[in-house]
Amino acid sequence: MISDNLPALQVVLPLIAAPLCLIIHRPKLVWLFALFICLISLGISIELLSAVINTGPISYEMGDWAPPWGIEYRVDKISGFVLLIVSMIGAVVMLYAGKSIEHEIAPHKQTLFYSAYLLCLTGLLGIVITGDAFNIFVFLEISSLSTYTLVSLGKDRRALTAAFQYLIMGTLGATFILIGIGLMYMMTGTLNILDLAQRIPEVLETRTIRAAFAFLTVGICLKLALFPLHLWLPNSYAYAPSSASAFLSATATKVAIYVLLRFVFTIFGVTFAFEIMPMGTVLMLMAIPAILIGSTVAIFQQNIKRMLAYSSVAQIGYMILGISFASVTGLTSGILHLFNHALMKGGLFLALGGIAYHMGAARIEHFKGLGQIMPWTMAAIVVGGLSLIGVPLTVGFISKWYLVLAALEQGYWPIAVVVLVGSLLAVIYMWKLVEAAYFNNVEPSEVVVKEAPLQLLIPTWLLIGASIYFGINTDLTIGVAQQAAEMLMGAGQ
Amino acid sequence: MEQQHYLMPLIMVLPLIAAALIRIIGDKNPNLREAVSIITAIIVFGLLIPLANMVMQGERPSFLIAEPFPGIPIELSLEPLGMMFALIAGFLWIITTVYAIGYMRGHHEKNQTRFYMFFAIAISVTLGVAFSGNLFTLFVFYEVLTLSTYPLVTHAGTDAARRAGRVYLGILLSTSICFLLLALIWTYYLAGTLEFTSGGILSGTASNMTLSVILLLFFFGVGKAAIMPFHRWLPAAMVAPTPVSALLHAVAVVKAGVFTLIKISVYIFGINTLIELPGREILLYVVAISILLASLTAMTKDNLKARLAYSTISQLGYVTLGAILATSAGIIGASMHIVMHAFAKITLFFAAGAILVAAHKSEISQLDGLGRKMPFTFAAYTIGALSIIGMPPFGGMWSKWYLALGTLQAGELFLLATLMISSLLNIAYLLPIPLRGFIRQPENQEPGLKEAPLNCLIAMTVTSVMCLVLFIYPDPWYMLASMIVD
Repeated sequence: MISDNLPALQVVLPLIAAPLCLIIHRPKLVWLFALFICLISLGISIELLSAVINTGPISYEMGDWAPPWGIEYRVDKISGFVLLIVSMIGAVVMLYAGKSIEHEIAPHKQTLFYSAYLLCLTGLLGIVITGDAFNIFVFLEISSLSTYTLVSLGKDRRALTAAFQYLIMGTLGATFILIGIGLMYMMTGTLNILDLAQRIPEVLETRTIRAAFAFLTVGICLKLALFPLHLWLPNSYAYAPSSASAFLSATATKVAIYVLLRFVFTIFGVTFAFEIMPMGTVLMLMAIPAILIGSTVAIFQQNIKRMLAYSSVAQIGYMILGISFASVTGLTSGILHLFNHALMKGGLFLALGGIAYHMGAARIEHFKGLGQIMPWTMAAIVVGGLSLIGVPLTVGFISKWYLVLAALEQGYWPIAVVVLVGSLLAVIYMWKLVEAAYFNNVEPSEVVVKEAPLQLLIPTWLLIGASIYFGINTDLTIGVAQQAAEMLMGAGQ
Repeated sequence: MEQQHYLMPLIMVLPLIAAALIRIIGDKNPNLREAVSIITAIIVFGLLIPLANMVMQGERPSFLIAEPFPGIPIELSLEPLGMMFALIAGFLWIITTVYAIGYMRGHHEKNQTRFYMFFAIAISVTLGVAFSGNLFTLFVFYEVLTLSTYPLVTHAGTDAARRAGRVYLGILLSTSICFLLLALIWTYYLAGTLEFTSGGILSGTASNMTLSVILLLFFFGVGKAAIMPFHRWLPAAMVAPTPVSALLHAVAVVKAGVFTLIKISVYIFGINTLIELPGREILLYVVAISILLASLTAMTKDNLKARLAYSTISQLGYVTLGAILATSAGIIGASMHIVMHAFAKITLFFAAGAILVAAHKSEISQLDGLGRKMPFTFAAYTIGALSIIGMPPFGGMWSKWYLALGTLQAGELFLLATLMISSLLNIAYLLPIPLRGFIRQPENQEPGLKEAPLNCLIAMTVTSVMCLVLFIYPDPWYMLASMIVD
């Protein structure tokens, strides 16, 4: 009985838990409760993904209303994979949040944080699992609104303006998406994704559908912070609470990329998007400056959370670049990097949170001598940094390998060079930290700081450790990503 | 799948265990800490010998570690060239550890625990390079070697060390990421495999122009081979303690570079494909210029370690040259030069370090008359220098012999001339040092000056005697080297 309803529970469970947090009210208990919910969500995701791998896509009819009239929840390889990413990061960061939030947020607001966090999780999981275009918009709004709350809870007052900036840009994006979905509904009379995919080809030649395609692309690119639509991202990540930065950087943009894949590949199809419309060129022309400019700007940041945020802009560029090739290898690299980047960037933001825990912030000057004071946290940052650079035996290398291979397959060797130059820029910004941490002796007058507490270290190392493990054993990641890529490429033909 | 052979991973894991033990023991018990280093080094070398016997009998033991990409495993597989490299690295690790104990204590270096720990890690990774079963595995260990030696290069922790570290990482990482990795993925794209295969994997997969581009990417991408203009990291790395310069920057790291190049020439391109590539001609001249320019630069350096560093750049050029001559004698000469140069150059570095510890002198112009006070050190230096020049009765003669033969086989008289001129330049920049030491009158001799610590002397004696032994008995090395081209 329960196992039949797993797709619904995946979303409903955190949705119901969110208001319950307000009833429980005591921060410590709320945290335990939220952690419990996150772990169950993770369990459900694992169960769903393994079911999909073993027996094929799962279709679930909400309230027994048959699609396309009712809302369908649908788990296939790619959505199962993204569900796993989101709920895994959700659980690990929640484990971390207990100690970190207690320190960062005023007691009366802590419950609010957990509640918003669970709502955000609901929204993100919902976007991924639903098979209904309008439903995607609904969940997108749930996740966005709760994200604004999460960002604004940061203790730096600039968090408020960052959240407001994000609100404006996010709403613009969501509106564009809504317009796009509306136009599609106008032409086809359906909202179910599979149904749309069948009906769209009949009306593909109309200007309305092309307008819908344009609105959707721009709207989604705003949500996934593709250069030059990334302006909301650096401030939001920099001033949000540590746990929120880690959670959002590892999941929110990834889910937006998933939505892009869904609309472009499943609904419109490869032929329309990449041959009739110049999707590939457009994405490529935005991804390349994203990589180069994002990484370069990262080098000059003094606030390290901002630095990582700009690095995210560049890494999103890598994913989009992979997608823009519209080849199986390119898509594989994009989907792989969704997972791999979530691990390393999540881990790095958690490590920064450990530094901010004692230092109050994570600016470059706080790193002086940290190699001695916080050896484990710094080691995590070094390993995470190596992964961002793309050194072998880390996940970053795996995705970079496929990306370069995909570029060479298309004969675009200058683009392969761009990817590798991006790695060099990453060396520069990560090595700034290493030099600050290991080449300065501690000044005795400094506030007495010590290693971050275990409750912060363990989740950090869970993600950093995973970014090594999945850099060596890639059976799961490459296997799923490749099959998902083949599925997406096949969908439009 | 072939049978898993556990000896190789065991040999690689032992130094890592030693590193962990060294970290645990720490500064509390330096004697125990250093005993762990030496004992591990001896065990590692002891375990290499049965492997060498297997390789000599034509066996190719292999071990699969992981398979990060479908069809591209991380795999150890031993062949003669790798065996040669592993044997020298293993043997010289013992000697260098003996030396390092004398040097580090005599010089009162800080953070000695960290030093021994990363040293052991670097050796493990070097062995990984030697054992690599395919180009991908080699690349992985190559990159890890760069990173694991970074803490050793910047050991002093000063601003100068930090700057040197930037040059070191900057050049080694950027060449390997931008050129080597690109060439690697390109090769995989063309050939569909990265296995080391006799006769190469690239023949006939693309036009000679494309293959030439890949060849250049490979040769400039292996920054560790220090072909000009990507050589600056090696003089920069001399800021490290002398044992590091001696083992890593005269043997392990730089030899990992030229070792990779020989592997690429023989097993990725294949001699027969290589010889037809127009890019090879360009490389030959670039390397010849690199050899001569490095020798000339060496003559201008007054700092002893800097002069030795430029000498190394020039000597690495010999190996690279042998690798792209694409003749059997060239390959044999290149492989044997890895061995011969290793013993000779490490002797020179040992002597330079001994002079630094005993007399606190680092500049050549300060060495007047020092040979009379430190006769053993200067004698060892002279032997090492003669071996590098290629004089009998020292080992360096053999490799130069085969390299010269290789240039004749290839019909490149210009390159033969380069080799000969470079030998003359070697004389001009290496021999003034003992001459100053033994013949010149000291200006103002400090009282109480005596020989280097005993440990350092033992190490130097062993390596200089080995230079002699290699002349008389080069057979095992020749056998291994000729197995490569069979």
